[in-house]
Amino acid sequence: MHAPAEQRSEIELELNGETRHGRTEPRTQLCDFLRHDLGATGVHVGCEHGVCGACTVLVDGVASRSCLMLAVQADGRRIDTVESLARDDVMNDLQQAFSRHHALQCGFCTSGILMSCVEFLQRVPTPDEAQVRDMLSGHLCRCTGYTGIVRAVLEVAGQRQSGESQQNASENPNDV
Amino acid sequence: MSDHSTETRADGSHIGRSQTRFEDQALLRGLGRYADDLATPPGTLHAAVVRSPHAHARVLSVDVSEALALKGVRAVLTGEDVKRWAHPFPVGVRGAPMEHWCLAVDKVRYVGEPVCVVIAEDRYRAEDALDLVRVQYEPLKPVIDPEKAAAEDAPVLHDAVGGNVVNERHFRYGDPDQAFEDADHRVSIKVRFPRNSCTPIECYVVVGQYQPATGVYDILSNFQGPYALHSVMARALNVTSNRLRLRTPPDSGGSFGIKQGVLTYVVLMGLAARKAGAPVKWVEDRLEHLQASSSATNRVADMEAAVDADGRVTALRYDQIDDCGGYLRAPEPATFYRMHGNLTGAYGIRNLAVRNRVVLTNKLPSGLNRGFGGGQMYFALERLMHQVARQLNLDPLEVMRRNLVPADAFPYRTASGALLDSGKYADTVDLALRDGGYQELIQRRDRARAEGKLYGVGLCAVVEPSISNMGYITTALTPEQRRKAGPKNGAVSTATIGIDPLGGITVHVSSTPQGQGHQTVVAQVVAEVLGVDPASILVNVELDTGKDPWSIASGNYSSRFAGAVAGAVHKAALQVRARLANIAATMWEADAERVRFAGGKVFIEDGPSLGFHRVAGTAHWSPALLPDNESGGLRETAFWTPPQLEAPDDDDHINSSLCHGFIFDYCGVEIDRVTGEVHIDRYVTCHDAGRLLNPMLVDGQIRGGFTQALGVALMEEFAYGEDGSFLSGTLADYLLPTAPEAVEPLILHTETPSPFTPLGAKGMGEGNNMSTPVCIANAVADALGRDDIQLPLTPSRVRGLIGIDEPPAPEGLEPLAAPRAGGPALQARDSVVVPASPQTVYDTVLDPETLRAIIPGCHALELEGENQYRADVTVGVGMIKARFAARVRLSDLDPPHSLRLSGSGDSAMGSASGSAHVTLVELDNGHTRLEYVYEVDVGGKIAAVGGRMLQSASKIIIGQVFNRLAQRLTGKPVGGGLWQRLRALIARLLGKGDAS
Repeated sequence: MHAPAEQRSEIELELNGETRHGRTEPRTQLCDFLRHDLGATGVHVGCEHGVCGACTVLVDGVASRSCLMLAVQADGRRIDTVESLARDDVMNDLQQAFSRHHALQCGFCTSGILMSCVEFLQRVPTPDEAQVRDMLSGHLCRCTGYTGIVRAVLEVAGQRQSGESQQNASENPNDV
Repeated sequence: MSDHSTETRADGSHIGRSQTRFEDQALLRGLGRYADDLATPPGTLHAAVVRSPHAHARVLSVDVSEALALKGVRAVLTGEDVKRWAHPFPVGVRGAPMEHWCLAVDKVRYVGEPVCVVIAEDRYRAEDALDLVRVQYEPLKPVIDPEKAAAEDAPVLHDAVGGNVVNERHFRYGDPDQAFEDADHRVSIKVRFPRNSCTPIECYVVVGQYQPATGVYDILSNFQGPYALHSVMARALNVTSNRLRLRTPPDSGGSFGIKQGVLTYVVLMGLAARKAGAPVKWVEDRLEHLQASSSATNRVADMEAAVDADGRVTALRYDQIDDCGGYLRAPEPATFYRMHGNLTGAYGIRNLAVRNRVVLTNKLPSGLNRGFGGGQMYFALERLMHQVARQLNLDPLEVMRRNLVPADAFPYRTASGALLDSGKYADTVDLALRDGGYQELIQRRDRARAEGKLYGVGLCAVVEPSISNMGYITTALTPEQRRKAGPKNGAVSTATIGIDPLGGITVHVSSTPQGQGHQTVVAQVVAEVLGVDPASILVNVELDTGKDPWSIASGNYSSRFAGAVAGAVHKAALQVRARLANIAATMWEADAERVRFAGGKVFIEDGPSLGFHRVAGTAHWSPALLPDNESGGLRETAFWTPPQLEAPDDDDHINSSLCHGFIFDYCGVEIDRVTGEVHIDRYVTCHDAGRLLNPMLVDGQIRGGFTQALGVALMEEFAYGEDGSFLSGTLADYLLPTAPEAVEPLILHTETPSPFTPLGAKGMGEGNNMSTPVCIANAVADALGRDDIQLPLTPSRVRGLIGIDEPPAPEGLEPLAAPRAGGPALQARDSVVVPASPQTVYDTVLDPETLRAIIPGCHALELEGENQYRADVTVGVGMIKARFAARVRLSDLDPPHSLRLSGSGDSAMGSASGSAHVTLVELDNGHTRLEYVYEVDVGGKIAAVGGRMLQSASKIIIGQVFNRLAQRLTGKPVGGGLWQRLRALIARLLGKGDAS
């Protein structure tokens, strides 16, 4: 199928739990659509060739490069971006651990890394360091040297296993 | 409000605490406001840049008519527009008549150089139109190697300059000749430092606006400073400096120096907006960023040391060439002069001879990159010190110790003029050896070697300069030139604290942070002085030259934050506190000296007390209560510049930086004998950065810089083909360390406060970019017993150093032809037999219809002159398929014996040219054997495909030409060509006999 460039397609998707609509050209990358049409500027674009991982989002729960997908391919799907992680202005356990461990500096790669970590911890709830590093190999961070990121992920995995983090969250509902 | 800190203090002090960052709250939620996230004015257009596929070529013509005809394209900015409205960028080296415009106007001098800007309603359309801009080039011979570029007979980039050496200076400090004459030993080494980049994950972003009514260019970009470059941009835009309003966004996705280079695009997009009559936004993509943003300067250094019998170095001789690329873009040649005061490193060497040459080559212009100048300099110096030990058969550690600046010598003036502010170098070395387990590491090495492993230990000592003297670059000029221009010096930093009527504190600093956590540290400093909660303070780090305080040193570079910016913040906070104390003292009729600030209150010990907001509010609400010397309102701007940063003197002494941290590193590496992989077994890095304002952020800086340096040591290089084609154009080609390759260093600290900064802090963000590459190189040299260590130490390069016993080639394997010197041109010969007479063949070739039919992928061919054609050809090589606007020519006609068929063309994927000399030999049976010798040359992205694939692709494509010719003459394929052999081979493999 070859659609003319100016032909716009109707897209309906679920973005961070809300149904969203837009019209865009068939060639529009998903990252551009999310950022510029739907306002999800937490999705960052670092290389547009699938190496840096900054644009990673969850597509139906699977961590995916939004620079390597077309917006039309996301029609009818569920997309979760970094903006979905905090609830009622409270950062989730992973975000809080990133701050504690100084796992970010400029923060540009962080959105994508967080989304990969979210999916990874669901698949691999008790990872060792080598597994965490292997998962992170799909991301480039130029600021941190990855140390804080690895520590944060391992800590959250441990906390979730011992149920600590849920307890903490309910004890400190106003923690901002 | 939760506790942001990992540590709390009973006394309420904040400076020196590992406060977690206030920045994180927004960044972790995806709510950062980076340049590409900010709203643009309605009607904003989008730009895409037409870039040169050639490293060196004359621009003959630019035809934008087809591009303008594309729906959605609004304008195209060309070199003609730029010449009409703008000026070339001022060059820091006087007397070199080199013109660097923001678009190529006469020649292109590196692959990726901007040639036109297409401005369209959206980025996708702008990119569509790139292919429709027709640029005709006349390719010229490029020069890539800096030593070759410096030679007399090299192709010249800038005709008006007449050569490629654009600056040469000689320096002598002490009596180096005598010292070399008296020396017991002379030790020399020659090293090359590669091009690389700290590659921020966010690329350049510029939103340009032009206001015709006022003539103001109002431009937002993720420029990082130094703001001395504001004047360079204003001059290029041909406006008075107040008519360039430069703004930065709240957040930046990293820079590490690289975003200094956005300055040429600031000018370009300002002009694009003027051309289009609308705001224009440009977001650089990664391919553009790698090939055409900025990079570290590659250097060739010839080093020599005069050494006495016990390893004391009495003199150093530097002979250096810096390769600044196609243009000397400001602030180059700063890579040399940032380190000029520190050429003797951490050592007390009094005699020094230096020859610095700056050359231009057909590469992208170089610029700031984390560790600026230090990575290059220490790679040479610390390799040399290692070599001294090796040649004198001494322990490298002992050689270093014997030469360190002694602790009682501070502040110490180096031979070339730096004033080392403070340090205890020998003690720091001892601490690092003890706490890092040096003895155990040496035992580990000895054990590993006993087991037959390749294991080495490397060391290095580095003085890390910070807070650059804005006058250091004038050391590139002669004293006479400097006298004419007037002295330049200092490092003016500024901070403003405003307190609103309800006591809310807002701080503004002109530091343009890129992730270092400046907001957090500024809040810590102000909170400590004013006795309030740091979380209550808002810090604004956006810079708008139209309304904010700023100066030439503003910006984020040379690790100036902790010393200079936090120092200015401290000064401003003290000014605010003095005024508030005065106000409170007047209300209480007390001595201002007794007024205290703590816990959000202003009070006198055992006396009256008011909330901070009440005292501050008085300045707004109740001026009647103010003392006579108070004018009301509450906003203080402090400027700070250190007196120690003087202009270079007539003997070229320069205190190039204010602060000097000390770093001592060592590491153990094990090398895989089979793969050549360098495994970092242990890395110890010990820092003395003066007083630490936030230790958590300090360690974060060290880890980040260290990991980048690991990439420099082992992986990263901007590679160029000999034809100037850029070979590192994607992040799959330019490899960066990922989490599995990253190594965790052992970080140690000691603190010797700087006497020259308000808080005793020194810069520390760049040290490992200076120390780590050479430390690893020294370890590899130790492991392999080799002197010729070149970065990056990739497995293949290390494998080459280990030495390979290559087995003989299998029987019958045709060896790959060696590449021709001077370029990746492929040369080969082949032949095909055609059942027709030479005259028939000859006449057929000269027929245009034949040509169209026999050129593979030829869509159209039109006559341009006698035996000259313009053709539209699609060629595929590997994964790359490109449509070429080509010229085809028949020449050297000697009917019916020989002729030359040549073609050349450009495409979005690069350039290609080829030529085949054809000889027609009549055979006994009246048939003709076409013997052809051909040569193919490619440039641009196609060149990155690799010689092996190019060789086979060329063979197939050229083979197709002559087989199609034969086919046309006979109506069927003929034998002898590659296709026939391939078909025969396939047929044989399939057991079907000879198919030909």
